[in-house]
Amino acid sequence: MRFMMFMYPGIEEEDWTPSADDVAAMSRYNEELRKAGMLLALDGLHPPAEGARVSFDDRGTTVTDGPFAEAKEVIGGYWLIQARSKQEAVEWASRCPGENCTIEVRRVFEMEDFPQDVQEAAELG
Amino acid sequence: MAGEADARVAVETVWRIESARLIAGLARMVRDVGLAEDLAQDALLAALGRWPQSGVPDNPGAWLMATAKNRAIDLMRRDATFQRKGEELAREVGIQFAMERADFEAALEDEVGDDLLGLMFICCHPLLSPAARVALTLRLLGGLSTAEIARAFLAPEQTVAQRLVRAKRTLRDAKVPFEVPSGSALRARLPSVLEVIYLVFNEGYAASSGEDWIRPALCEEALRLGRVLAELLPGEPEAHGLIALLEIQASRSSARLGPGGEPVLLLDQDRSRWDPLLIVRGRAALQRAEALPGPLGPYGLQAAIAACHAQALRAEDTDWIKIAALYDALSQLTPSAIVELNRAVALGMAFGPEAGLELIDRIAGVPALRGYHLLPSVRGDLLAKLGRGAEAGAEFRRAASLTANERERALLERRVTEVEGRRQGSCGP
Repeated sequence: MRFMMFMYPGIEEEDWTPSADDVAAMSRYNEELRKAGMLLALDGLHPPAEGARVSFDDRGTTVTDGPFAEAKEVIGGYWLIQARSKQEAVEWASRCPGENCTIEVRRVFEMEDFPQDVQEAAELG
Repeated sequence: MAGEADARVAVETVWRIESARLIAGLARMVRDVGLAEDLAQDALLAALGRWPQSGVPDNPGAWLMATAKNRAIDLMRRDATFQRKGEELAREVGIQFAMERADFEAALEDEVGDDLLGLMFICCHPLLSPAARVALTLRLLGGLSTAEIARAFLAPEQTVAQRLVRAKRTLRDAKVPFEVPSGSALRARLPSVLEVIYLVFNEGYAASSGEDWIRPALCEEALRLGRVLAELLPGEPEAHGLIALLEIQASRSSARLGPGGEPVLLLDQDRSRWDPLLIVRGRAALQRAEALPGPLGPYGLQAAIAACHAQALRAEDTDWIKIAALYDALSQLTPSAIVELNRAVALGMAFGPEAGLELIDRIAGVPALRGYHLLPSVRGDLLAKLGRGAEAGAEFRRAASLTANERERALLERRVTEVEGRRQGSCGP
């Protein structure tokens, strides 16, 4: 199974760029994941101020550019890992050299998790 | 009670993550894989007794290692007192020295890596049968229980348990050194390690039903081991070739079975269901293999063939000329009737059915292909393309009589009607 680990750093956007020490510690952690054969993908994200939001409601589509005033929890990056159980993913998440942050662990849907009619709806051919 | 169950799960989770490194580090010290596993198991029991109350320590791997090391020292001292053999004493001194040196936390990363590699090579030692190698690898490197291995291979648990005991005894009796072979010895032993990982993958991949979780888990474990191996042996093209092949094969796992669980042929698969992430990973691994000096090995070539398929957005976009050339290289490296059969298919697609048929007719008499349903099936397909419907029908009929798979037989019988119907119904070009 695959799990997404979303990192929510508990920092203000102006402190978004991590220090060299933080990066070094995180690189060691990422290397551990890689050496354990579990790491499928990872990325760090620019702050939301540089991003945009596209929202949909009954009036149509609205695009709002950052920064966003009401942003409380913002994603700073993610890992996509392969793990044998949720517990294993959680154990790996808890080994992250994090400070003042939250990592949310979520299982990725695989096609086989869906009922047959949903699987068929996904077919293009 | 719930708390205790949770604690147990926590310990087992840590075990899954740490056991291979633990056993590997211990095996280097005590030079006996079976003993190393026993010591690691003792440490696991100690953790199960302790952690539910104390909580999981900050560095559980180091805790398990320290506990196991203490057990090892006790055991060796007693051993030496009783036996007073020079060899044992020397061994004890060696162990003490190794233990002082090998503070687990401080151990150089290289050393941990070397230990893991050593464990991989010893689990896949050529002295052991392939079945024993697979079982031992899943047990010691994958942290799977005997019951899980038995379930994965549809074998009685007792059989797997005996296989494991015998394998460890064989290694001990033969005094197989715990080491990473180097140079030409490494090249000679690597195929056995690659083969085990490939066998584990295929065992999971061949399953026709996705209901049992253990079989997809085998594929994932093979992928994991393949990635670990490629990290540990970055200079070995075949380590990258194998993981490239596995990642690309795994990318098709959602597309290769129909709604009724029937296999869907590669060219008929819905390619939008192929996993792009695994394809990207597979191609990156293949590029690493290609960037190393020397030509691609058998796994690298198979990965390159798989990558050709992965690259084609539609089946008709497939670069069959390149695939035919890759099969040609593969058949020179590892000549086999099955490779030739695949090459005939590729030749037929690349240069027209006559080219494929010519090769098929050359290999038709090979004993390895006698009774193999794919031979008449491929031949029938080529004949049908040439408009030789009657001959094609006969081949499909023969193929249908040879296959043990119900669904495949139905498919082949349908083709019989197709080609024979076409012959009778249409006189046009």
